[in-house]
Amino acid sequence: MAWWRRKKEPLQNQSPEGKVSVPKGLWSKCEGCGEITYTEELVQNLRVCPVCGHHHVMPTDERIAATMDEGSWVELHADMRSGDPLGFKDQKPYGKRLAAAREKAQREDAFVCGTGRVEGVEVAAGFFAFEFMGGSMGSVVGEKVTRVFEVALERRIPAIVFNASGGARMQEGILSLMQMAKTSAARARLRDAGLPYVSVLLHPTTGGVAASFAFLGDIIVAEPLALIGFAGPRVIKETIGQELPEGFQRAEFLLEHGMIDRIVSRLEMREQLATMLELLGCERERESA
Amino acid sequence: MSTRVLEFERPIVELEGKIRELKLLLTGGDEGMAAEIERLEKKARELREERYASLSPWEQLQIAKHPDRPYTLDYVGEITSDFCELRGDRAFADDPAIVGGLCRVRGRRLMVMGHQKGRNTKENVLRNFGMARPEGYRKSQRLMKMAERFGLPILCFIDTAGAYPGIGAEERGQAEAIAANLELMASLRVPTISVVIGEGGSGGALAIGLTDRILMLEHSVYSVISPRGCASILWKNAEAEQTAAEQLRMTALDLQNLGICDEIIPETTGGAHRGLTTTAAALEDAIVRHFDELGRIDEPTRTRQRYEKFRRIGHIEKA
Repeated sequence: MAWWRRKKEPLQNQSPEGKVSVPKGLWSKCEGCGEITYTEELVQNLRVCPVCGHHHVMPTDERIAATMDEGSWVELHADMRSGDPLGFKDQKPYGKRLAAAREKAQREDAFVCGTGRVEGVEVAAGFFAFEFMGGSMGSVVGEKVTRVFEVALERRIPAIVFNASGGARMQEGILSLMQMAKTSAARARLRDAGLPYVSVLLHPTTGGVAASFAFLGDIIVAEPLALIGFAGPRVIKETIGQELPEGFQRAEFLLEHGMIDRIVSRLEMREQLATMLELLGCERERESA
Repeated sequence: MSTRVLEFERPIVELEGKIRELKLLLTGGDEGMAAEIERLEKKARELREERYASLSPWEQLQIAKHPDRPYTLDYVGEITSDFCELRGDRAFADDPAIVGGLCRVRGRRLMVMGHQKGRNTKENVLRNFGMARPEGYRKSQRLMKMAERFGLPILCFIDTAGAYPGIGAEERGQAEAIAANLELMASLRVPTISVVIGEGGSGGALAIGLTDRILMLEHSVYSVISPRGCASILWKNAEAEQTAAEQLRMTALDLQNLGICDEIIPETTGGAHRGLTTTAAALEDAIVRHFDELGRIDEPTRTRQRYEKFRRIGHIEKA
């Protein structure tokens, strides 16, 4: 004889077919702690998990909006587009890969450059679009990075580059490699002119981008847990034939080894960049509110 | 004479062997035989010239990486005098994968440096197969800064599969070391020349290659990534490396056509390993000629021209 009787009817919020249907992307599971968050709330929080602080991948447009003062951003050279100088064909022709990447990322190549203000400080800025072929650097990316430094030099303003790249774009062969030389030479001119350059290393920054302008900042900051290095972990593992230590090549590891200045949370990035530039002598325009 | 024979060289090497055998047989003296030998020798020479004038990118790569190919110190030994090696980065260690020092070339004082591979297992352990760690690049930085202080032109020999991908190298800032080299070389006021003598592999090669002039030996290669690495990433199969070698456009002729290599220096037919002296002589002539030309340009113009040389590189279209 039972003390109570179990209800046989299905739970009210369950549909008769059995499963609850949730619109795709409404909820996001944190890659750090597994917590389920309302996606809109996560985006509002710059895609930083409100529970554990994990920094999720951030689309480039959101990054620009989160960094630049509203209405100040002027994009330059948005129409620059990669050709296929070598007629390169691996499993797919490079031209086809480019077309697919343009479609997917809704932009012409893997880098966005322009000018604007960060908390009132006027800057020339560049942002890698990792969603376009892994942020790989070919002729267009190299040219646009160079122009960030050139615009900064011309207008006597500081430069900021947000880096996220797997390295050189193999499909443009030696021309890609030489972008390392071109960008570093442009960066050298900015240094000679005494204008500040802050490099921000995002997840991931490796290869030819790391081994050129990304590591040439007067100040180098990184987001928490960003993977940063010259060779990728897989290549190193294959070369030395042993497991890599815990936390190897992460931002915290680089800070410990003296390779970067600071780790900055995305939530504080904008204010910290402005403060650094101010301390280096750049003026902050204060708008009368 | 080379001891190791590449697959495509075999027919030629076999023919040469036959000729040597015939010559031994001939010690008695036979005029008909002598004429025959002469004919065969001529044929071998023609065969060789023809074969080496039409090498595939893959075959070029095999010569560039040939185990008997002359390395940096071989050329230093041939074309310089008073070579005084300078070692160490003054921070952590001396990296034997990059060598450098003061020297003279036809009486002119200069700073020379380059990647150094090993000739056998023991040497390769020491030289790490010519794959430098940050210490190597920082040593080259130190030598370049010294050259700048003393007004010495800088000569760099490029010959590496790439910078070493290891735990220690990453801990000590491999990326930063290469980046710092690039920035330094862009602003040097002394004349600079780099010569790709074998393998020009990726950022580890370019790290000593941002120079006024870029020269390449006939059978050397220069690329953004090794064909093997490229194949394993883009084809997901390292065995596709022959195709990758063709797609990457990495031969001296390719680089000249792409506007990156300023001059191709001819090698002895069959490759530098079959005639170090003649190859080194051609190399010496080219180096002296280019340094003379660069010396006639005033300093600000030369630095500006170097900037413009790299500023131009790239292929861009409009949407």
